[in-house]
Amino acid sequence: MAAISSDNQGLRLATRYVVLTLIALIFIFPLVFMVMSSFKPDLQLLRDTSSIRAFLPVGDISLNNYTAAFERAPVGLFVFNSVLVTGVTVLLSLLLCSMAGFSFVFLQWKGRNILLSIIIATLIVPFETIAIPLLLLVSKLPWIGLEGFSVGWLNSYRVQIIPWIADGLTIFLFVQYFKDLPRDLIEASRVEGASWWQIYIKVVMPLSGPVVATAAILKFLVMYNQYLWPLIVVQEETYRPVMVGLQYFFQLNTAWGEIMAYLTMITVPVLAFYLVLQRAFIASIASTGVKG
Amino acid sequence: MATVKLRDLRKSYGDVEVIKGVDIDIADGEFVVFVGPSGCGKSTLLRMIAGLEDITDGTLEIDGQRVNDLEPSKRGIAMVFQSYAIFPHMTVRENVAFGLTINKASKAEKEEKVAEAARILQMEHLLDRRPSELSGGQRQRVAIGRAIVRDPKVFLFDEPLSNLDAALRMDMRMEIGKLHQDLDASMIYVTHDQVEAMTLADKIVVLKDGKVMQIGAPMELYHEPANLFVAGFLGAPSMNFLDVTVHAVNDTTVTISSDSLDQIDVPHKGRSFTVGQAATLGVRPQYLHPAADEVGRLHGKVILTERLGSETVIDIGLADGSKVIAALAEDSIQIAGTDVNLDFDPNQAHIFPETR
Repeated sequence: MAAISSDNQGLRLATRYVVLTLIALIFIFPLVFMVMSSFKPDLQLLRDTSSIRAFLPVGDISLNNYTAAFERAPVGLFVFNSVLVTGVTVLLSLLLCSMAGFSFVFLQWKGRNILLSIIIATLIVPFETIAIPLLLLVSKLPWIGLEGFSVGWLNSYRVQIIPWIADGLTIFLFVQYFKDLPRDLIEASRVEGASWWQIYIKVVMPLSGPVVATAAILKFLVMYNQYLWPLIVVQEETYRPVMVGLQYFFQLNTAWGEIMAYLTMITVPVLAFYLVLQRAFIASIASTGVKG
Repeated sequence: MATVKLRDLRKSYGDVEVIKGVDIDIADGEFVVFVGPSGCGKSTLLRMIAGLEDITDGTLEIDGQRVNDLEPSKRGIAMVFQSYAIFPHMTVRENVAFGLTINKASKAEKEEKVAEAARILQMEHLLDRRPSELSGGQRQRVAIGRAIVRDPKVFLFDEPLSNLDAALRMDMRMEIGKLHQDLDASMIYVTHDQVEAMTLADKIVVLKDGKVMQIGAPMELYHEPANLFVAGFLGAPSMNFLDVTVHAVNDTTVTISSDSLDQIDVPHKGRSFTVGQAATLGVRPQYLHPAADEVGRLHGKVILTERLGSETVIDIGLADGSKVIAALAEDSIQIAGTDVNLDFDPNQAHIFPETR
């Protein structure tokens, strides 16, 4: 009996692994195809699509597509722009949204529940519906910078950053997480004489690793994949991010190999970022479901 | 060290009043325990003293100064929470020194005070550990250490032992008692456990529904409870109550009886009664004993015998359907179903004008 049941268990385990591996392969095939194709000349690339060779580094392999992509468009600049805009937005967003969440959960002020409801309600508004009003707004906003006073934010980094710093989802994530922090810790800090700022910096944020990781990853993905907004507010190549750059690349009638090379280059930062934070990301998603 | 004065202290949440005018005086160096059932307002009262809850009305004075509107940290108090409330991301040393760090104390002062607290609480070897590596009792020690380094005028304890298991609770209870002797500081301690109240307190404040039921020394409350609630709340096993009728009111006693109780004179201790009134007689289980002459005043049948080793507790069903408990000497084994006649000294009984 025991032998049969352990055989059964082994079979079940094997089946599970086979199914999981198949699913993993389905998810990873497009990425493999993209990377492999980026090393192949166009003719071979198209011919290979009809066979398993599409996923293998075989035939005429070279870095020619990469050099060509760099010659055709300022790919480095596009990646730099995206990394800069995304990095700054993620950092400022974590700071501001966590402070907002802190205020909603720990500070007592009139109207905070209503305001929080309104902020959460903004989650159901698709960006496309506010894109045009927002465009009109930013085109008329004043700015004081190194060059002095100016009106209109179009064609800049700030127009890609500032409107995206605060958002309902990130604030909501922080609010939910802070609500679950033991209230006694905050009260003990108050009795010990900590100011609200010290409580935020020394007690709440050090305990908020999981939610910071989640918020950072979600924000990173949104920002790195920005397309519509930079498309309408940035005309100059100097400030163009990768996704708009991709469209621009298509328009140049580029070869498929070069497009694949471009795509590989812009995918690497995302994968790197995810791999760094993956453990925290999974932990935070798991912890929202299961309370220890 | 300081005195604490509560004058007509009140707290309302909207229309609901939860603390209904509390007056308490706490002397310098006194150990005061707030005790009462869940929801009686004892924790709220402590949090009002700490400054974690607003005071709706009344005056709170610490060391002669009105502190109603002062921030918690400015009141000269330190608080130990039921959940310990120690910071999981800091070492024991950082936890204990947290208040000093916040107030920018010098490194030397921090080291000295932490070392002193660690010595008092015998936790020198734990200073570099994280809270996750500590047992419940050790965590509670860290929380107390954090209170000690603040050098507070008043220590506040909010049910500090209720998360510990029974054996550890007794150890920590003794340690807190010893700490009070060593530091000679004023302490206010909230608990729902009457054993903690009886063993630790110089003075017990019994609370019910946001009102003070009685204030006094532990044995005073035990021997002279002011009302039915205090009588029933303090003492284990708790006091037996019998519904009785008043037949005569004399100078110092009242004459009472019931279906299962023969007529008896009990001292009324200044409480007023009228003839024919329904009242409640209270007798502690320890003062009930089998009648010597086999006649006795209370008549019933043994329902259950519980041998506790040091004593034997017997549940007795009376003729009128009510039940009493008698705590007898260890070898007084009674068989269920046998008739018993019980006796007690009227001077050790209490008669209350309230009915249950």
